[in-house]
Amino acid sequence: MAVKVIIPTPLRVYAAKKDSAEVSAQTVGEALGGLTAQFSELRKHLFTDDGKLRSFVNVYLNDEDIRYMAKEATPVKDGDVVSIVPSIAGGN
Amino acid sequence: MAGNFQLWISHELSERIRRHGAETFPHECCGALLGRDSTAVESGNSQESGTPREVLDLFPMVNRRDDSPGNRFAVTADDVRDAEKAARQHGLEVVGWYHSHPDHPARPSQFDREHAWPWYSYIIVSVMSGAPAEMTSWRLNDDRQEYAAERIEIRNSAGA
Repeated sequence: MAVKVIIPTPLRVYAAKKDSAEVSAQTVGEALGGLTAQFSELRKHLFTDDGKLRSFVNVYLNDEDIRYMAKEATPVKDGDVVSIVPSIAGGN
Repeated sequence: MAGNFQLWISHELSERIRRHGAETFPHECCGALLGRDSTAVESGNSQESGTPREVLDLFPMVNRRDDSPGNRFAVTADDVRDAEKAARQHGLEVVGWYHSHPDHPARPSQFDREHAWPWYSYIIVSVMSGAPAEMTSWRLNDDRQEYAAERIEIRNSAGA
């Protein structure tokens, strides 16, 4: 399935300045894997050392947060849009 | 690795950040920095520096950390999408975030670093006993291990 992955502004510097990439995938997880295969520097900003999505990295399939679907196993279909959306946190 | 980052902001907008910090004291305030940065669209690597980034508007936000708002802040992905939408409506983009450190120096904490994104500017304003104090700005390095200080240049303009 051909899907589009939207790359958030702070990560475009690791993706040849592109705001999106086309990947072939059956699931959201495969789409993210396809993205980091194209742009390997993205990996450490999206995933922890043990390969889990970082807690402040949110992924939407079209307009739905994948946490409320099947997470990274959520199936995708042709023309779907996967968006990576930061959440922001901090404190002293 | 100190970098040579610059962040331009008007006096009016910098005062609005300070006031926001005073208003929410002793809790942390937070919000998005809307502006322009030519490195977002031009070619070059992420450590390229020297091109000023300019803050042209603010998008004040609600601190979602009800459990510990005095030393933590958080905004949700939906909030981020709202901020990005607001930026697009003004022909701008989200170039960073601001938050306050109540009764604490304007230095990024370990917690700040662990939750930071590269590229964004992170303004921190210290609010001591309710009064805004030092304001600093930071960018996370590519290796995620440390921040580079970013020089804030207050521009004399009417603001956005």
